[in-house]
Amino acid sequence: MRYAETGFNLEIDLSRGSIERVESDPAWTERYLGGQGTAGKILWDRVPPDVEPFSPDNLLIFSAGLLLATPVPGANRTTVDTFSPQTNLYSHSLFGGFFGPELKHAGYDKIIIRGKAPDLVYLWIHNDKVEIRDAGHLQGKGALETGALIKEELNAPEAQVAAIGMAGENRVYMATIEHANSSASRGVGVIMGDKGLKAIAVRGTKDINIAQPQELFEICNPMYQEIYDNPYCGDVFLHEDDEGWHVDNFAWGNARERNKGYWNKEREARWKALSDDVRLRWTGCYNCPKDCHQAIKYPGRQTYFQKCYSKLTYCMAAYKELDFNYDILGVTQEHGLDGYSTPQVLAFAIELYEAGILTDEDLPGFPSDSGERFFYLVDKLVRREGVGDALANGVYWAAREIGKGAEDFDHNSMKKFEQLPLKLKMINYPYFLMYATGEKMTITQIEGSYPQAAIADRKEREEFVKNWDAAPERFKKWFLEWEPRTHPSIEESVHICDWNETMHYIDDAIGTCAFLSSFRGQFGGRPPYHLYNLPGFISHATGMDLDPDRLWEIGRRNRNMIRALNIRRGLRRKDEKPPEDHWKIRDPEMETELLDAYYEFKGWTHDGIPTKETLDGLGLEYVSEDFMKRGILPESEPSED
Amino acid sequence: MTDAAKKKIVKEIHVDLDKCIGCRACELACSSFHAKPRYSSTNPARARIRVVVDDLNDVYVPIRAGDYTPAECTGRHTHTINGKEYRECSFCGVSCPARDLFKEPDSGLPLKCDMCEDDPPLAEPMCVQVCPHDALTYEEREEEGGEEEPREELEIGLDALTKKYGMKKVMDTVARMAVSKKQ
Repeated sequence: MRYAETGFNLEIDLSRGSIERVESDPAWTERYLGGQGTAGKILWDRVPPDVEPFSPDNLLIFSAGLLLATPVPGANRTTVDTFSPQTNLYSHSLFGGFFGPELKHAGYDKIIIRGKAPDLVYLWIHNDKVEIRDAGHLQGKGALETGALIKEELNAPEAQVAAIGMAGENRVYMATIEHANSSASRGVGVIMGDKGLKAIAVRGTKDINIAQPQELFEICNPMYQEIYDNPYCGDVFLHEDDEGWHVDNFAWGNARERNKGYWNKEREARWKALSDDVRLRWTGCYNCPKDCHQAIKYPGRQTYFQKCYSKLTYCMAAYKELDFNYDILGVTQEHGLDGYSTPQVLAFAIELYEAGILTDEDLPGFPSDSGERFFYLVDKLVRREGVGDALANGVYWAAREIGKGAEDFDHNSMKKFEQLPLKLKMINYPYFLMYATGEKMTITQIEGSYPQAAIADRKEREEFVKNWDAAPERFKKWFLEWEPRTHPSIEESVHICDWNETMHYIDDAIGTCAFLSSFRGQFGGRPPYHLYNLPGFISHATGMDLDPDRLWEIGRRNRNMIRALNIRRGLRRKDEKPPEDHWKIRDPEMETELLDAYYEFKGWTHDGIPTKETLDGLGLEYVSEDFMKRGILPESEPSED
Repeated sequence: MTDAAKKKIVKEIHVDLDKCIGCRACELACSSFHAKPRYSSTNPARARIRVVVDDLNDVYVPIRAGDYTPAECTGRHTHTINGKEYRECSFCGVSCPARDLFKEPDSGLPLKCDMCEDDPPLAEPMCVQVCPHDALTYEEREEEGGEEEPREELEIGLDALTKKYGMKKVMDTVARMAVSKKQ
C-alpha cells in the first residue's frame, strides 16, 4: 500500500486525446519526496533541452505535494512545473486552495500534460473517469466564472476547478492559472493556454492512507491552535491596515521610486474603511486555520479573491489610491493576469509613451489618466491587440520588440523575468546571492528562514536565539554576533542563502505552505514548520524513515536537479546577476567573491555547473552522465574548479 | 425513579456562518476520526460534516449529517439572508436521494453524525476541535424531563399497525394466526 500518496499519475496527451493512469515508482518518493521534486525529475527525463516551451513536447505538470490530503494542517499546495517561453528556462509556480487534495482523493498525485488540443478543451477528472471535453463555449470567459460554469454543467458543485482566463488563452506570458482563492503565476498559465487547455475540473471520493495514524494525529491536532495563534505566520501583512511598510519600501511606477511620507494616519483610516467595505470575508485554504485571502466584492465587479501584496501592486504602479487597486483586480483576476509582473508591464508601457517611444499611433485614444490607461492597456494586453502583442511577452521581450531605446526602460528584470519592484540603497550580501542564483525567479520563493534584519538589543537577541527552534546551530551563533547595519560575512551569506532556498525546496516537494514554513522565519523566527519538526510529519504520514539530515539531503538533491534543468538549457554564471539598479551602491569585487564562495560551497564549477562529484554524491549520476555526454562537464575528473 | 429526577444531556454544535473561512478542516478531521482503524485514512467524501461552498456568492455553510430519508423532499425554497441567497439544501443535513452528500462513497449507505461518541468521551467532537475560528462551537446542556423508557421494537411496530388498521383488526389477526399455528 502507498501512504500519503496515491502512487498514480494521470498522463494526458492533448494532441492524441489519450488518457492513461500510470503507476509511479515508490523509490522516487524516497529520493525526491513529491511535488516539485518528482516533477523536476519527470522534466529532466522527458523534456530534452532542445524542446521549445511552445512545443507540443513541453510538459505541463500539476503535482499535489506529498503531504496533501493527509491531516497535516496547511499542506495544500499544488506545484505547476514546465518551461517558460519568457526565460526559456524552468518555470515553477504553486497554488493553494483545494485542488491538490481533491486530485489526490480522485486517485492521482500528478497530472502530466503534453501535446496541444486542436480546439479549446477542458479536462474532467471524476475518480477513475477522465474526459477531455469541448471548451468552445468557455472561450474568453473569466477564470473563476469558468469554474462556476463547469461545475454547473457537470452538476458537480463539489468539483475543484483550475482555469485560465483570456490572458492564458492568448498566450500572454504573465498569465496565471486561477483556482478558488489561489493562483499560480510566473509563466505557467501561458503554457496551459498554448496547450489549448482552458480548465481542469476534479472531483475525488477515495481514501488517502496514513502510515502511522495515531502518531500523526497526535502531532497534527495541536497545530491548528498553534498556527492560528502564531502571529508570525500566514499572510501577516495582508491582515494589517497599516500599509506603511509596503508603500514606503517598494518602488512605485515602473519600479522607479520609493514614496516616503506618502503613508499617514488619515490615509490608513480611509484605506481601512474601504477594505472593510469591499471585503466579504477572509478565507483560507484546505485544512489550514490561517485566513490569508480576502473575498472582495467591488461595485460593478464579480467577486474575486485577493491575496498577498497584490493588494497594492496596481495602485503603486499607476500612482493611484487603493480603490483603483480593488477595482482593477476585479478585471485582471478574471483575465488571469499575475498581479506582480503585470503592473510593471503596464507602467513600463506608460513610461515608453511619455518618452515618445510609443506614440498615439501605437496607442490610439490613449487616455490621460494613469488609472484609465491601465484599464486600456490590460485590454490590449490580454487580447494581444496592437502594441499589446509585444507587451504580452513581458518587459524584457517587449522592450526589444519595440526598440527605439525601449531597452533602457527594462531595468527591473532578471533572467528576462520581472522582479519585485524593490530599489534599495546598499547591496545586501545574502540577498545578492539569492537573487543571482535562484531558479524560482522571484525572491519570495527563495528568501524566508533567516531574519532580514539584525536585532539591536543584545538581550532581545539572546532571547530570540534561545527560542529559535527552526534554526540549525550555526545560524544561532551568527545571529547572536550580527550587529545592525553590518554585513554578514561571506561564509554566513552563503549559508543563509543555502538554508533559505533549501527550506523552499522542502516545502515545494511536500506541499506545506511557505507562509507556515520557509517564508515565515524571516520576521519573528517562529515558523510552525521547520527542518526539525517536518521529518516527524513526513515520516508518520508516509512511513519513510526521515530525520533532519536526510530531509536536508533531499532538499539539496532537488535543488541540484532543478539547477541541472536550467544548466542543460544554457544557464551559466553570466546570467546570474540581480537587476542592475536593484541596489544603488554595488560592490563588484565582493559580488564576485560571494558568487565564487557560493558556487564552491554548493559544489558547483566556477561557471555554476554542479560538478560530477556533487551530482554523484546526491545520487544524480544520470545528470552528470548527461552533462559529460553533452560536453557541459569534462569527460574526466577532476572538474574544472 | 420519578420523572423529576431524570435529566438528559443535550449535545449541540453551534454554527456561526460569519466565522467560517471555508478551510474544511472539519471534514478532514471527521473522516479521519471515523476511519477504521481510527485516523488511518482521510476522505472528506466520508465526512459527516460538510461545508457547502459557493464562493462567488460568499456562501459557506457547515452542515452535519442527520437522518436518512428514502425520498426526496419537495422543498426547493431559496432563502435570502443578509442579501445572500441560500438554497434550502444548503442547510439540510438529511442523507437523501437528491444529492451525493452524506453517503459512503463505496456503498452508498447513509452517514450520520454521532458527535464523535467515544469511550472515554472526547472533550469536543473532532470538527469543533480543529476549528479555532469558532465557526463551530460545542455546547452541552442539561434538560429537565429526562429520557423516556425506550420502547421495545415490537411495541413500536404494533403501534404503527394499530394506527393503520385499528386495534380490533390487529387483535383479530393475531388471534387467527395463533389458532392457525396450533393446527
